[in-house]
Amino acid sequence: MSHESARIRAEALESLLVEKGLIESEFVDDVIARYNDRVGPLNGARVVARAWRDSAFKQRLLNDGTDAIAEYDFEGGEVQKLVVVENTDAVHNVVVCTLCSCYPWAVLGLPPKWYKDPAYRSRVVREPRSVLKEFGTELEADMEVRVWDSSAEVRYMVLPSEPVAWRELPEKTVVERITRDSMIGVERLG
Amino acid sequence: MSEVELSGRYEPPMANGEVLFEAPWQGRVFAMAVTLAEQGCMAWSDFQGMLIEVVGAWDTDHPHSDEEYPYYELFAESLSRILVQKGLLDSEEIHKADGLMAARPHGHDH
Repeated sequence: MSHESARIRAEALESLLVEKGLIESEFVDDVIARYNDRVGPLNGARVVARAWRDSAFKQRLLNDGTDAIAEYDFEGGEVQKLVVVENTDAVHNVVVCTLCSCYPWAVLGLPPKWYKDPAYRSRVVREPRSVLKEFGTELEADMEVRVWDSSAEVRYMVLPSEPVAWRELPEKTVVERITRDSMIGVERLG
Repeated sequence: MSEVELSGRYEPPMANGEVLFEAPWQGRVFAMAVTLAEQGCMAWSDFQGMLIEVVGAWDTDHPHSDEEYPYYELFAESLSRILVQKGLLDSEEIHKADGLMAARPHGHDH
């Protein structure tokens, strides 16, 4: 299906679904607005910043991510099991979906375009160090790299390491500095 | 990106300075799938399964391809197929509606 025929198809589906009373266009607008405005990497950044400051929360987050974020009441069309993996001095984690584009929407919003590209999906598994280098992340030779393959059932998010220089900063400032890419694992902070 | 009109109601969502949808229809087809799942017309996992199948077929047909990955085209294809499979729409009426939409005068599209 070409770009043009897919555009036509999208309109055809919407008109049929509305005609049959299966959806309302206003609801579709609301969903777009929700992903546009309210869901995004900011949710994930709040979770990460809190984990850095609150060790009990961090433990809960690492033990059971789904349960730990439940209290936030994040909106997300499909909130699956969330597994949070922690970067340390010895381990660097990176997330991919080799099958399609599974992604932890509730905490990170919609995936960036490159996350859905076949090049990223296949290469990050085979040669994670080279791919990370292309993102500007050069890992030490003795750093272990773990690649996590998301699925319809399990979504992964990386808990990045907090730069030492940030530790004295207020949580609110820190939240603004935590990037989406650091929570996918292709970037290191600081 | 260059053809996208960045204005009004159809402004594509952005995150960290990146365009999530490159054209309005991509946002709408995505949001339709979410809406149908949230309203219980289809299970998200069923849609997901179809998407995996359709994406897998594309990967097989395009080994070592430099071609841009048509994610939302495949998304639209997957949504069409799952709706037919669930008996919510039939493929004949989809093709008929395609024809009607394609025949509309230029400028009517969003």
